[in-house]
Amino acid sequence: MQSKREREKTGREKLVRIIETCKSVEQRSLDPFLINIDDNIKTAREYLPEWTLPEDLCLDAETIHHIATVVKLQSEWVKHRSTSLYTDPFLLEEKLKKLSKGAIIGTFVKAWHPLIEFEQVTLHSLAEAINYWMNLLPLNERWKETPPIEVKIGSATREELVQQRILQDKTFSEELNSFWQELKTCVQKKGSEGKVHYWDFVGADTYEETVQRAFMASFLITYGYATLEVRMLEEEMFIKPNEKPETRISAKQLVSIPIPVSVEEWKRWKKGEQQ
Amino acid sequence: MSKRKATYASKLKRATHLLFYKRHMRPGVKGWELRKALGSDYPKVLKVLDDYLKALDLQVRTVFEEEKTVENPSIEQLDRTRFYITLRGEITPKEAKMVGWRIDDLAGLAITISYIISKRGKAPRKEVEELLREKLPGWKVGLNVDRYVRYGYLNEDENEQIYLDWRTRAEVDQKALIDLLLRTENTNGKSIEDVS
Repeated sequence: MQSKREREKTGREKLVRIIETCKSVEQRSLDPFLINIDDNIKTAREYLPEWTLPEDLCLDAETIHHIATVVKLQSEWVKHRSTSLYTDPFLLEEKLKKLSKGAIIGTFVKAWHPLIEFEQVTLHSLAEAINYWMNLLPLNERWKETPPIEVKIGSATREELVQQRILQDKTFSEELNSFWQELKTCVQKKGSEGKVHYWDFVGADTYEETVQRAFMASFLITYGYATLEVRMLEEEMFIKPNEKPETRISAKQLVSIPIPVSVEEWKRWKKGEQQ
Repeated sequence: MSKRKATYASKLKRATHLLFYKRHMRPGVKGWELRKALGSDYPKVLKVLDDYLKALDLQVRTVFEEEKTVENPSIEQLDRTRFYITLRGEITPKEAKMVGWRIDDLAGLAITISYIISKRGKAPRKEVEELLREKLPGWKVGLNVDRYVRYGYLNEDENEQIYLDWRTRAEVDQKALIDLLLRTENTNGKSIEDVS
């Protein structure tokens, strides 16, 4: 007796074979009645209870789809055969091979009624064409080369470059340093125990500014200018400025803490601050 | 001339211009274009024009969108229908040469169309070329099929399946062609002139 696994394998092979046969009938315009629909449906039905995996169920659905396509082709086949246009292709092919070119032509011209069409110019179209020509600019005017725009060479000042955001008015380390000083001041004003709430420090009037401050704060922490204190249970975060930048490698393993600075978070903070 | 007659005479002229002169990429005029130019009674105008053309061995040919002739078409069906002017009767093989076809090419077209009709309107290009190769030089076969596609007699899809296209539907009486082919006895060795 076949094991369940073997039976599934045989079932899959049978379904694949049915799909292949149906496809060949669909693609090569073969007689769709070459396929025994009843047998194929019976096979698909026989193996259906075996399938548990989604892949096998998909295979079963594909088989049914192809069998349905063949049934549709069979219906079309019957319809065509019942029309007066039906001719056995083999009979016609043989006939065409046997007939001489002259005979074929003689026959074709009896069923051929070529289209009649004029391509003649009329007075009206000539008048329109002349009118168009009169209004048409000469080529040298239409295809004039546009001279390159002259740009005077000059020099830009540092202020101008800063204004155009090509250069920043401070170097990054200068900016980081002033941000550190700002943190220290903020702790003195708003903080307690030498630390301040993270959002009280990075939060600003606009969301863009808040993002910019959060970005700078991340560098303060990474470069050892400040420490981040996270209280998991209270869901609170504090930022604490260091007296000196701590560049030594910590004995503890360093961890990255992602802090979402979304618009919603910012709005929540802003509302809380207003209250 | 009564006012009514004068109106119809003017519409007849307009219809002639529209149908004889090619206005788009394809010849022929759609029903809705005729309705716009001639008014809603354009089928009547076309009927009168068809009667006039009879004497010249020409006809107004109606090709329905669904490819099958409709007995009593509705206005919507007529709007989507294409109207052409075609030859009413037959031309002789000699005249076919005057139309601009080489006799080999025309025979190839006849074989291709008949074969596709027998295959229910669709056949692989490879099979068509094999059949044509029986009587046409190999180098010419592919070129000819391309030409038939270019002229609008055939259409080819990305799977290299060939179908009958708009020009065949407009110019060829498919049923008559198959009937005639099956009835034709071989005239092997006879020249085209003999056939005509």
